[in-house]
Amino acid sequence: MSDSLILRVVTKWLVPVILLFALYVQFHGDYSPGGGFQAGVIFSSAFLLYALVYGVDATTRVLPEAILRIGASLGVLLFAGVGVVSLFKGGAFLNYSVLAGTPVAGQHLGIILIELGVGITVACVMLLLFYTFARTIPPQ
Amino acid sequence: MEMLTVLLVVIPLISAPITAIIANRYVAWLITLVTCLALAGLSGVVLHHVISGEVIHYELGGWKPPWGIEYVIDSLNALVAVIVAFIALITVIYGSKSAEKEIHDSQIHLFYAAFQLVILGLLGMALTGDIFNLFVFLEISSLSSYALIAMGQKRQALVASFNYLMAGTLGATFFLLGIGFLYAASGTLNMADIALRFDQFSSMTLVITALLFILIGLALKAAVFPLHSWLPEAYTQAPTMVTVFLASTSTKVAIYVLIRTLYQVFPNTYWEEMLLPGFLLLSGCLGMLYGSYKAIRQVSIKRLLAYSSVAQLGYMVVGVGLNNEAGLIAAIVHMFNHAITKAALFMAAGLVLMRLHTTNLEKLRGAGKTMPWTTGAFALAGLSLIGVPGTAGFISKWYLVQAALEKGNYVVAGTILIASIMAIMYVWKIIETLYFEGPDKLTVHKVGSGKEIVPDLPVATFCCYVMVATCFYFGLYTDIPLEAANTAVEVLFSTGGGQ
Amino acid sequence: MRNVAAVLHFCTDNPPTMMAYLLGHINYWLIIAVMMVGMFTMMSSPNLMKKLAGLSMFQTAVILFYVSVGKVDGGTAPIVTEAATRYANPLPQVLMLTAIVVGVATMALGFALIIRIRRAYNSMEEDNIHQQMEAEELD
Repeated sequence: MSDSLILRVVTKWLVPVILLFALYVQFHGDYSPGGGFQAGVIFSSAFLLYALVYGVDATTRVLPEAILRIGASLGVLLFAGVGVVSLFKGGAFLNYSVLAGTPVAGQHLGIILIELGVGITVACVMLLLFYTFARTIPPQ
Repeated sequence: MEMLTVLLVVIPLISAPITAIIANRYVAWLITLVTCLALAGLSGVVLHHVISGEVIHYELGGWKPPWGIEYVIDSLNALVAVIVAFIALITVIYGSKSAEKEIHDSQIHLFYAAFQLVILGLLGMALTGDIFNLFVFLEISSLSSYALIAMGQKRQALVASFNYLMAGTLGATFFLLGIGFLYAASGTLNMADIALRFDQFSSMTLVITALLFILIGLALKAAVFPLHSWLPEAYTQAPTMVTVFLASTSTKVAIYVLIRTLYQVFPNTYWEEMLLPGFLLLSGCLGMLYGSYKAIRQVSIKRLLAYSSVAQLGYMVVGVGLNNEAGLIAAIVHMFNHAITKAALFMAAGLVLMRLHTTNLEKLRGAGKTMPWTTGAFALAGLSLIGVPGTAGFISKWYLVQAALEKGNYVVAGTILIASIMAIMYVWKIIETLYFEGPDKLTVHKVGSGKEIVPDLPVATFCCYVMVATCFYFGLYTDIPLEAANTAVEVLFSTGGGQ
Repeated sequence: MRNVAAVLHFCTDNPPTMMAYLLGHINYWLIIAVMMVGMFTMMSSPNLMKKLAGLSMFQTAVILFYVSVGKVDGGTAPIVTEAATRYANPLPQVLMLTAIVVGVATMALGFALIIRIRRAYNSMEEDNIHQQMEAEELD
């Protein structure tokens, strides 16, 4: 935890910007470089910065570990779920072409959904890892 | 039909996160049980469908191979899937009590989730026809098994798991490097496609490098002698349920991948002129002798059985290295038989551990009198491990000796016989200690002190006997594994790879 | 041995070509160096943390190898733009995305194990831990 006023103020300004950038990387990932992995890591880095400046306890109040665990699992479920939906719609597992009216729209929808699942899981797992290791350091 | 094959991977992929979300230990067990039931049923149906030689192709995501990932299921994959799914099912039924006892309440749902991920990884390795996809599944199963082994009760489990992690990751990375060389040479990752175009690039030196890296990586994962050092500690320290499952499936799946690589991806005509077959035979024979020798010297039942696994893997490697049809059939059938035999033995060892809190033979003198059923299971499953006629173990050893004689390789045949005699010695060591030695003072204290003995574990004992019965069933009725192995080997040898 | 002799022969006969060969494959030499440093650390260091660091270096070298393989002469990053016609092969890069994730998971699990080992044995040195393990009763 830091007492520096500059760090505290700058962090408060930076966190929303980082989150916004993560969402941009996430949802623009099908047109430009980016996607779930990158977005997830950027998203979690915002909370990491917050934890470094304001302490892990303050961060766990915002995002408790229990929620992260559920989030990590839900991301995987979303990924698998999209595949199963395409399975039920008569396509192969993870064949998004059948998800919407036209194959292109289907692929578009499918890739956005599974990247969202990947993003959620990566963000949650990165933060969980950080919490787990940070808790082993005794507070000063 | 095609849809069923992908369900084998999709079901655990969905059930594992659900188990992790619903943090309740009973529900977790129930979900795992239902998952395993479904997987066992599905794999049985798939095997029934492909055993006569049909091949199922499933294009993941609807992309045509070789660009997309496809699952290719012939009788060999299906047999491996059946081994994994059925052993998983029986382990889950067997393990409910032992997991409750050994794993902390707050972790038990995560334990079951990781268990399902191991199943997912092993099934995926068995089914996929894409070599990079195989690496990913290999890592899924490995990472979950490191975590499971670390959940062992003693602190040695942590070190065992760490050493396994180092060895396993090194092996997987070698495998990855080999895939990279192969991709650089062939430009494709689809195993059938590599095999199909093998002649176009087989003259490149790169291909030999690829073969060696892949081989060493797989040998590390399969604990082939002399790369076995992680195995005994990992199996000894892991929780009972994990030991039963991993000992009977994970190395077998690695051996399966070895067979698939050596006979399909790289046609056997490519490597039979090299030193490789001789090296495989040497490693297999030394492994048999070394594993049996170490097993005889162990005082812990679990560690004894683990070293015996090293020896039994030697038989499979010899079968692969003989490079004839009979040898490969023997290797595949032994893979199947050893899985059920080792499952039965580790289940019996787990029963001893749960009741008497130790598997140290020096403390178990005369324990057979207090628990005749468990000791009986040791004796019966031990017969199969030795290879007594009428048991499953006999069939595969018989084929293996025949295959060695067919090649005129009397040294190998002799080594197999010597290793079998050594197997009698280490199995007898367990039986003798449990049945015929009188309890000494220390043991009286340990065994006799009332609360040490848990009430009978009827379900677990029943599961153990189911496995023992299976050993005898497949010793008398060998149709299923033999037919599957025959079909698979015919395909592997007739086409020299490719479809 | 024959290969080594051939390379040496080649080396003495054609010094400029040899130089070009060495420089032309500079990425591979560097990758091999990183790989060997990683593997050596992994095997020789008694400290568990350093072992894990060595393993990580080894994995990273393989990732670099794949990316090198995917390089196409004069190709840009595999992002479709009007300015470029030649692209690097995107497949190895995609594969390595997976390998990196696997590597991260391995590292995280390895660190977690080391932390628990350190708590259980109060040491991260392999020799020390082995001494303690030998003193313990075998089960």
